[in-house]
Amino acid sequence: MTCKEFIDILDAYLEGGLTPEQRAEISAHLHLCPECVDYIDSYRFTIRAARDCCCGAEDPVPTDVPEELVQAVLAALKQDPDRPS
Amino acid sequence: MNAENSDLRGKTEVRSEEGAPLTALRAGDPAAFERLVREHAPRMLAVARRYLRREDDAEVAVQDAFVSAHRALPGFQGEAGLGTWLHRITVNAALGLLRRKRRLERETSLEDLLPRFRSDGHREAPGLPWVESRESRLEQEEARRKVREALDQLPEIHRTVLMLRDIDGFDTGETATLLGINDNAVKARLHRARLALRTLLEPHFGGGSDA
Ligand SMILES: [Zn+2]
Repeated sequence: MTCKEFIDILDAYLEGGLTPEQRAEISAHLHLCPECVDYIDSYRFTIRAARDCCCGAEDPVPTDVPEELVQAVLAALKQDPDRPS
Repeated sequence: MNAENSDLRGKTEVRSEEGAPLTALRAGDPAAFERLVREHAPRMLAVARRYLRREDDAEVAVQDAFVSAHRALPGFQGEAGLGTWLHRITVNAALGLLRRKRRLERETSLEDLLPRFRSDGHREAPGLPWVESRESRLEQEEARRKVREALDQLPEIHRTVLMLRDIDGFDTGETATLLGINDNAVKARLHRARLALRTLLEPHFGGGSDA
């Protein structure tokens, strides 16, 4: 297995997918290739960095909503022809 | 706001964090819906901004999302929780706007950001290991801003797939449905997006970076 072949299937590897044979091949490659060990590490960090850089569903939101937006939403609801009730 | 009833109703009643009862929302109580708007709009606006990057577009998406939510509320069973449900509706509204503006169709190449390999399959210029102090650096706003700037350099479709999967936590199948593409296209784009983002982050977080 080359570094390129490994990096091509990196996502499946990180998700715990692939066949036992493929995983064994990867283990053998990583044993001999510190560059790919470092690459996995930086790739994982990249995924975490993306998750942590922005507000996801769980994070508190510091921003306030402009009152005009609230009023626009309420006006849009009154005009919605498909609104229930 | 009927907060005193919450113990009695127990698990049969789903409440938003401020206590707007779902029954009042389902029944079309305008005051309950206004409370819902005031409570959830800030988070929804933040999510829409992330996808659309223009304040006016983000506000349109939030408005669209509330109209959709209002229509769908009578059928909402509450299993997911209101916040999760509204989050999904907001993402959908933002994607709808991206599609209407045809921003997901522009095929910009990110070849330049993918790792390069020599003919023997080794990476060209592999660089040093990334510094160990970087984890704590993500707690700093400056580092997070660098990551957001890097994300903004990705082509729209790759950036969108990465946000859906890695930030908003949709799985491959959900992402495929939201974008109207197949699972393999999601996987391929996510992989390229992550590879490209890694390349963009390397000058800031890679070994030897002083940032
Ligand atoms: Zn390797």
